[in-house]
Amino acid sequence: MTALLKGETGDWEMVIGLEVHAQVLTKSKLFSGASAEFGGAPNTHVSPVDAGMPGMLPVINKECVKKAVMTGLGLNAKINNVSVFERKNYFYPDLPQGYQISQYQHPIVGEGSIEIDLPDGSVKVVGIERLHLEQDAGKSLHDQHPQKSYVDLNRSGNPLMEIVSKPDMRSPEEAGAYVTKLRAIVRYLGTCDGNMDEGSMRCDVNVSVRKPGAELGTRCEIKNVNSVRFVQQAIEFEARRQIEIIEGGGVIKQETRLFDTSNGTTRSMRSKEDAHDYRYFPDPDLLPLTVEDGFIEDIRKTMPELPDAKKQRFMDEYGLSHQDASVLIGERERGDFFEKVAKGHDAKLASNWVLSELLGALHKAEKDLKDSPVTAEQLGELIGLIEDDTISGRIAKEVFAEMFGTGKNAGDIVEARGLKQVTDTGEIEKIVDAVLAENPDKIEQYKGGKDKLFGFFVGQVMKKSGGKANPGMVNDLLKKKLEA
Amino acid sequence: MTNLTHLTIRAALDGLEKKDFTATELVDAHIAAAEAARGLNCFITETFDAAREQAKAADERYAKGEALPLDGIPVAMKDLFCTEGVQTTAASKILEGFKPPYESTVSGQMKRDGAITLGKANLDEFAMGSSNGTSAFGGVVNPWKRKGDNRDLVPGGSSGGSAAAVAARIAMGATGTDTGGSIRQPAAFCGITGIKPTYGRCSRFGVIAFASSLDQPGPFGRTAEDCALLLKSMAGYDAKDSTSVNAPVPDYAASIGQSVKGLKVGVPKEYRVEGTNEEIIALWDKGVEMLKDAGAEIVDVSLPHTKYALQTYYVIAPAECSSNLARYDGVRFGLRVEGDNLIDTYENTRAQGFGAEVRRRILIGTYVLSAGYYDAYYNQARRVRKLIWQDFIDAYKQCDVLLTPTAPTPAFAIGENLQDPVTMYLNDIFTIPASMAGMPGMSLPVGLSADGLPLGLQLIGQPFAEETLFKAASALEKAANFTDLPQTLMGKAA
Repeated sequence: MTALLKGETGDWEMVIGLEVHAQVLTKSKLFSGASAEFGGAPNTHVSPVDAGMPGMLPVINKECVKKAVMTGLGLNAKINNVSVFERKNYFYPDLPQGYQISQYQHPIVGEGSIEIDLPDGSVKVVGIERLHLEQDAGKSLHDQHPQKSYVDLNRSGNPLMEIVSKPDMRSPEEAGAYVTKLRAIVRYLGTCDGNMDEGSMRCDVNVSVRKPGAELGTRCEIKNVNSVRFVQQAIEFEARRQIEIIEGGGVIKQETRLFDTSNGTTRSMRSKEDAHDYRYFPDPDLLPLTVEDGFIEDIRKTMPELPDAKKQRFMDEYGLSHQDASVLIGERERGDFFEKVAKGHDAKLASNWVLSELLGALHKAEKDLKDSPVTAEQLGELIGLIEDDTISGRIAKEVFAEMFGTGKNAGDIVEARGLKQVTDTGEIEKIVDAVLAENPDKIEQYKGGKDKLFGFFVGQVMKKSGGKANPGMVNDLLKKKLEA
Repeated sequence: MTNLTHLTIRAALDGLEKKDFTATELVDAHIAAAEAARGLNCFITETFDAAREQAKAADERYAKGEALPLDGIPVAMKDLFCTEGVQTTAASKILEGFKPPYESTVSGQMKRDGAITLGKANLDEFAMGSSNGTSAFGGVVNPWKRKGDNRDLVPGGSSGGSAAAVAARIAMGATGTDTGGSIRQPAAFCGITGIKPTYGRCSRFGVIAFASSLDQPGPFGRTAEDCALLLKSMAGYDAKDSTSVNAPVPDYAASIGQSVKGLKVGVPKEYRVEGTNEEIIALWDKGVEMLKDAGAEIVDVSLPHTKYALQTYYVIAPAECSSNLARYDGVRFGLRVEGDNLIDTYENTRAQGFGAEVRRRILIGTYVLSAGYYDAYYNQARRVRKLIWQDFIDAYKQCDVLLTPTAPTPAFAIGENLQDPVTMYLNDIFTIPASMAGMPGMSLPVGLSADGLPLGLQLIGQPFAEETLFKAASALEKAANFTDLPQTLMGKAA
């Protein structure tokens, strides 16, 4: 789905690559036992190691290694048996050691790929360049005091996975779909919570433009973009900015840029010439990190089903459309919820109810699925009532509305409100007869060829029955009597 | 009563056990000696009051028959080991007044075993130096003097305060750290024994880092046996140091006095470097004879890359130090010299907080790691380092230990080598190769120079074969029978 941008000199193609920083979901930090939890009063989640105190040494948190390997497997990537932590040296007050421990030449995870789902229903493969582990820096607060800056080291040393894509994306939509899929994968795996607004997933976006088929252009890197929408906005703006410069006879300077969320623009942060010389070298406090094949295989065995596999299974096993399956697998909880609802029931019906009724109601109420007032079991029960003709689909919607409002069970509501469908032929016949008796003129018209009036009769019968008459039986009886 | 400050640790432990004297008497005697010898400037921080308290506790344990392995033994703690609540400076202005809220593993283990710290021993700033002349708290004076020459001599470095304290009978033993010879060279200059164990044998947790891939704590004592007793307490696996090695700690003292019959002692020809003092070469030959007489087999070996060790070291060690010392930025602890902005504050703090030698090494290290020079210097040095390690591995196919001089000269006068850093660096020419290879090395006094200064020989062992070193050292010690005392102490011994 290559989206070309129109410039004065013709079409332009965007080339996009993403570096996503995903915080590993662990209790403690990458190299210390301090809590890695979000929030907390400033400087309360800090051990002497995270504060860069003299004589303190880093010790790798095995849980982070496990989760990085698991994420690598989720990205269909090569896991490197030996990887090396290096020091990236630079001075900044929120970097207590004066260096960040990261992986540079030898990352723990090598090349892989994921499939992204595009709005038109097509699928595209995006290459993964690498995944490496590194520690986060602290946070500088510049807005607390007129002259001074404050430093909060709670985040210092938090475990991050930097996931680098290949420059395979060609539109903001593709970049958005990539981030969405990546987030789904790490959430399925439980290796990152994917909360972009808390900063546990952040994107650096690399953008360049070129004439279709031409050599790659010079790229700019937009730092720390923290939502899917902003990623797309930033790319859109940046690509247009670059095209304007080139078409105006200028050249693109390789640089790092910042995205301004207030107006959707990017601005220069530092040029390539100003780039730090990070003086990377292997951290002598840490031995090369070794992960044995057995360790990797043990992790592989505990891997949950991933979004793509689940989507395929939903299509094969439940006969769902690609569109419906894609939406259902978007979140692990959503897919699980659907499967609980569908248990023992018609899967398509279950899918329709989850997708249109439940998700619609939740969206309106601004609630997450995990806070749904209607449980999967309750929704299943409701669907069961439709399936065994206890209630009609229309009544079911009424029942659902009450369930959503009160959390009551479907059966109880049907019982209490006497919503049970009338399936007694005699009773329905009585209503049919009454309706026919009230409308002799309409019968004439119908018999004179106005077929459409059939619906009118059905409607009248249903109305008289309070919606409870079995619609199929009403149809049959009406047809029989009118054609008699 | 016995002159308590002249006892060995072994003799003192026996005396305490037999109640010949108390730990309080032992500690008081050493505190008195320390007070009398303040001119040597061995301590940056004295902890005498705490020591007296601990001595009382030790006496109670002796009374109950619950004595700890080193109970009541007064020691000097190099001021590179972080000690909880006690000022720890690394002999740098930048850390003046810094009281760590944590204890280094090594000092913690010694405390656990009952050793009593008298104070934080002076050193070269951040352990960078071979004379103790770079300390921000003034140099340490060697208790030894040349015959007929009253000039003050250096104790060697960087663990100069530790070595001088043990030689001057201020402490019975001491901790040091050795990056390129910082235990072995001062041991030689001060006429005592010191061992740098295999890299990974003692935890570096809580030891202020100079060059992480080389730094290794180790003990000083006046005999090989005393070093063995101290090392037993200092060594061991520590989950808090990823480079510490999980291997059992043997009873090193059991190796003392064992026969060296059949032990293969290698003599590396590359250590006969030009510029080495003739007396030292002669002493080396004598040492070879002593071990031969004791039954060892002498083997000529070659360590062909020895000549590159010093240059390689002065790339690797500064590179690591430039990064390790980045944390001293005035932001969270230690000295802060405010400037108009962040960069000024960094520059002021580090310019005023670090001495000339530390600044020099940070600059060298930053240079060798920078883009465009990295491959030519740092990467090349790492490759050569592997070859140096391979030299040792190859030599150990022919021998069990190596015997070499410890330093190319005896102690020199204060200020003598300060003009030219390279001359100073050459002092570590014999100790650096074992550091680069991570091998254990030990220095012990074997004789005196013509002008009356102690000369040491170095034994280098196989990885984690400290027991073999102790065995060889005790044989050499017995043959050398080094009983000379620093001139300042003559006539004071019992």
